Amino acid sequence: MHMADALVTPVVAGTMYACSGAAMAYSIRKVRLENDARKIPVIGVMGAFVFAAQMINFSIPGTGSSGHLCGGMLLSAVLGPEAGFLAMIGVLLVQCLMFADGGLLALGCNIWNMAFYGCFIGAMVIWRQIMKRGISKRKIAAASVLGCMATLQLGAFSVTLETLASGVTELPFAAFAAVMQPIHLAIGLVEGLITAAVLCFIYEARPELLWGHTGWAGCGQKQGEEGKKGRFTYKGTVAALLAAAAVTGGLLSLAASSDPDGLEWSMERVAETSELEAEGRAYEMAGRVQETTAVLPDYAWKNSESAAGTAFSGIVGGAAVILLCVGCSFLFRFFRNRAAKNE
Amino acid sequence: MNKLGRAIHNIHAADAGRQGRAGAVHPLARLLVALWYAVAVVSFGRYDIAGLSGMLPYLLIFGIWDGISVKDMAGRIFPVLVLTGIAGAANPFLDREVYWRIGQNGVTGGMISMATLMLKGIFCAASSYLLMWEIGMEGICYSLRCLHVPKEFVTALLLIYRYLIVLLKEAERMMQAYKLRAPGQRGIHIKAWGAFVGQLLLRSIDRAETVYESMLLRGYHGEFAGKYFRWEKGISISYVLLWGMAIACFRAVPVFELTGNLLQRI
Repeated sequence: MHMADALVTPVVAGTMYACSGAAMAYSIRKVRLENDARKIPVIGVMGAFVFAAQMINFSIPGTGSSGHLCGGMLLSAVLGPEAGFLAMIGVLLVQCLMFADGGLLALGCNIWNMAFYGCFIGAMVIWRQIMKRGISKRKIAAASVLGCMATLQLGAFSVTLETLASGVTELPFAAFAAVMQPIHLAIGLVEGLITAAVLCFIYEARPELLWGHTGWAGCGQKQGEEGKKGRFTYKGTVAALLAAAAVTGGLLSLAASSDPDGLEWSMERVAETSELEAEGRAYEMAGRVQETTAVLPDYAWKNSESAAGTAFSGIVGGAAVILLCVGCSFLFRFFRNRAAKNE
Repeated sequence: MNKLGRAIHNIHAADAGRQGRAGAVHPLARLLVALWYAVAVVSFGRYDIAGLSGMLPYLLIFGIWDGISVKDMAGRIFPVLVLTGIAGAANPFLDREVYWRIGQNGVTGGMISMATLMLKGIFCAASSYLLMWEIGMEGICYSLRCLHVPKEFVTALLLIYRYLIVLLKEAERMMQAYKLRAPGQRGIHIKAWGAFVGQLLLRSIDRAETVYESMLLRGYHGEFAGKYFRWEKGISISYVLLWGMAIACFRAVPVFELTGNLLQRI
């Protein structure tokens, strides 16, 4: 479910960075309020653990395929939602930079799709409610499976919305959602079962490690502070999440409408249709440069008299620029290495 | 090599590649330029494959300067290529308007948009790879601190990176031991799902406790000291300005076509 940079436009990426950034700021504030210096190293090591554990394949009986555990649910079940969210951000950042799993620009989207839903919805709305009257293995299994399935569904739906808002696919919304949701329902079920198995093992071996085990700890409070009521009620949390969802939806729709559509720009440039206007200063500036320098003839591709010439110009120019860059770069490297040797 | 082995190899390779390479450019400057490049790449229209290909010189120049293996980079980028290919697979079937003609064959808008999508994916993934190659995770953390990202997060991120290799090796050892006792089996059997990863998790938590105690003994006061970077202000500012303008120029002006026309006239 990791989105690549190519699947988002800068507007969508920026919007999702803002949303994820807000959730991150909230989480950091909560972790600071806990004032537990021990928590930071635990977040770090748990993040590394989830990364390593996600690379272990579990065979799924009867299918011949394999799956891995759901990081968000596991982290929030052990660390709590805020610390789990921070650990998941770290995991996603390392995955993006070290293993090209998801893009740097699309990181805001990936954090929202995988970490936010997994940690906040999974922990606060599902895990917390199910464990309200005590923890048992059956409840852990139910919360894990339900949490993984629900959060993965939300994540997959967000991927659909973000991709469509970016306008990179021709698939209509309904068809895209119909492809994405059922696949992630099955994946969520498997991931939920694996996560349940691991958490049940933890419950048997070291139950005190689970979030809210020794009496319910409210949001942002230290684990194990028995009897203290959380600052957020269940209704309040759900209302806040619904409001956040509405705002996000609104922002996304704004982003979709204000986003410069590549088709419109291309139609103007390629097919010279008068119906669509090119948007953005960059295009206007490019147009002015072309007019003033008069070097570039009409380079329209479709129904253009100079189409062949334009294509030829592009190829010749591309080859020349690339040769120049490569030549200069090798020269630079040669002189730099020689200078380093002399030193 | 399995997934775990590949991951360990990649981390070692990235660290080894960076050894002894010092630059006068601030890591934040490199991060900003890489982000600006990614923004410029994804802002191209879906049919603007000609304009998009003009963003190639940035990758070429840095790839050569840093002496990056094309094979390694291609291996890293391949999954992105597959992902973007899948994302754009429907385009050729749904957008059949012919834009170009090569002989008798028409190139449809869907084909162009799919190719553009894949090219965007390649360019962005390659620029991230170059960034990691140049400054590494230490540089990223240093840049984040310069941007006033809270130290709690940056410290956690640095710890994730530092303990990644330890836990990956731990997981690989466990996988190897399991495989030796269950030859030919694909993945971990359902009966061992909980115990297998649960053990790793318990060991990780114990390790985190030990790490924390060791850090306290070595004077940890809430901020994890990152690698020290030597950089020069003037060079860093010039780097951002020059590359920023160059990328904007390549984004705004069809450089390849202009050069081609100029050459033809000459």
